[in-house]
Amino acid sequence: MALHIVVCVKSTPSSVNVGVDAEGRPKIAGVATALNPFDEFAVEEAVRLKERVPGSTATALTVGSEAAADVLREAVARGVDGGVLVAGAEFEGGDSFATSLALSSAIKKLHGEKPVHLVIFGKNTSDIGAGVVGTQTAAWLDWASASAIKKIDEINEQSATVTRMMEDGVDTLKLALPACVATVKEINEPRLPSLKGKMASKKAVFPKWTAADLGLQAGQVGAVGAGASVVKASLPPARPAGLKVEGATAAEKAAKLVDILVERKLI
Amino acid sequence: MANGILAVVLPSRGTLSPSSYELLGAGKALADALKQPLFAAVIGGNAAALAADIAARGASKVLVVENPSLSNFTEEAYAKAAALAAEKAGASRVILPSTVAGRAVAARLAVLLKAGLATDVTEILPDGKVRRGYYGGNLIAEVEFKTSIAVLTVAPMTFPRAEAAGAAAPIEAVSFEPGASKSEFVSFKGEESREIDLGAAEKVVSGGFGLGSAEGFKPLFELAHALGAAVGASRRAVDSGWIAYRHQVGLTGRAVRPKLYVAVGISGQIQHLAGMSSSGTIVAINTDKDCPLMQMASIAVQGEYAELLPLITAEIKSRKGHAVAA
Repeated sequence: MALHIVVCVKSTPSSVNVGVDAEGRPKIAGVATALNPFDEFAVEEAVRLKERVPGSTATALTVGSEAAADVLREAVARGVDGGVLVAGAEFEGGDSFATSLALSSAIKKLHGEKPVHLVIFGKNTSDIGAGVVGTQTAAWLDWASASAIKKIDEINEQSATVTRMMEDGVDTLKLALPACVATVKEINEPRLPSLKGKMASKKAVFPKWTAADLGLQAGQVGAVGAGASVVKASLPPARPAGLKVEGATAAEKAAKLVDILVERKLI
Repeated sequence: MANGILAVVLPSRGTLSPSSYELLGAGKALADALKQPLFAAVIGGNAAALAADIAARGASKVLVVENPSLSNFTEEAYAKAAALAAEKAGASRVILPSTVAGRAVAARLAVLLKAGLATDVTEILPDGKVRRGYYGGNLIAEVEFKTSIAVLTVAPMTFPRAEAAGAAAPIEAVSFEPGASKSEFVSFKGEESREIDLGAAEKVVSGGFGLGSAEGFKPLFELAHALGAAVGASRRAVDSGWIAYRHQVGLTGRAVRPKLYVAVGISGQIQHLAGMSSSGTIVAINTDKDCPLMQMASIAVQGEYAELLPLITAEIKSRKGHAVAA
């Protein structure tokens, strides 16, 4: 038994503390990019599965600009075997709908070359943060999916038993493979890239696939293929100036605080 | 031509939660903005038994999709049921809660209906555009849908809860054929402690690195109990192993929006602010009066938490006691 695991990653701004430019767009020009923090957990899980099931392969996949090859390199440094870059001007401005279509088409192509068993995603991205691309990708593929996964218990070529973190406790599910899972950070503790991994990442060459390579029309992806678009970004409203609770003793401060909370009907 | 707003109610473990009523509140706002009728659908293994409660809260029709295959949540079956309800209702907008289940159903539904999707919506504009936070809450996006049908999930604690006031709307059962499923539900294990869920809490008391140890969280839990609040934590407190990850508030944890947020010993790193800065009243308790959280708080109290927390807890308890006596 050997598994083929695909891990989907995204290049995101390394700081989300961004402002708005004159056109009402996020001011991200010049901000350094990095592997989306939640994707570190997805990459780590792919590598751990490879270690658990000897002979398995892990492939990183991203949709983005040419520069997004950097996050594929980071994934290789962390232990995956290789990566595929889906890039081209036609993908610019895509939302979760258009991006998940591109990802699913690339996964189909990979699946044709070497059958895929599991596709792993991070919880969400640090920039858009919708947390839906994994499930949308599964929907395009008509594969099973589960989100908020904190453990992959048992896995073989036919099925995976996974633990899902719900608001009120944990569910155990058995998914027929191939399937897509979106993880939470409880799933593992990502390791830093190894020296061997770093060496491999320097030498790695990634195939680049365009929409045409995926059998997609330009109108199906990017801004044209999007189902929704951000027409304007703005800063959140400023909070009103705060109140400082003063008092000679801690008891006095405690009483004053409770007075204010009672007055504001919060107690 | 699609016409109508469909609020998809997803009971959790067979029961309705206040988020279901918030969903109808958001649906009403969207229905008013677009001048379209509001419908509701209840999906689950016992959906019919819950429909009457929903039918009294403002929708003009309630669809019931009940099937044993829907007794526990799996993404494909629920999305299929929601798509069927959306088709029956002929809806132009389908709205769901921003929970683990709601988000996953919305994601699949968007693909099934070839619909644009916006999650964690905090505001519905008069022209039908919506607002949501992104970049960790540092920015607000105004989103426009480009498709005739759109799917939304609404942020918790944001929209008013629809009251059971109106006349009961007609309830209509929809026949559902689950088909073969690729996901099998095996089991559920509930939280051992009956703590209040963070995401749906009206009050949250959070502790940070300033508490110094797991022991330091004890007086914080006592304050939370006295207030009837959920317990949150900063990433540093979670990473130090003092409290479980499910309590983490912030960019890599939960986003909360309670009426009252009390931050104790939390300096206010931008990642933490991302998860709580849209709370109603923010109280900061910290030794450092200049830290970001003390600066942005609605009410700032400078002092030692170990001394202040038991005093605040006792004060609340004594007043609640007086209220009962009076």
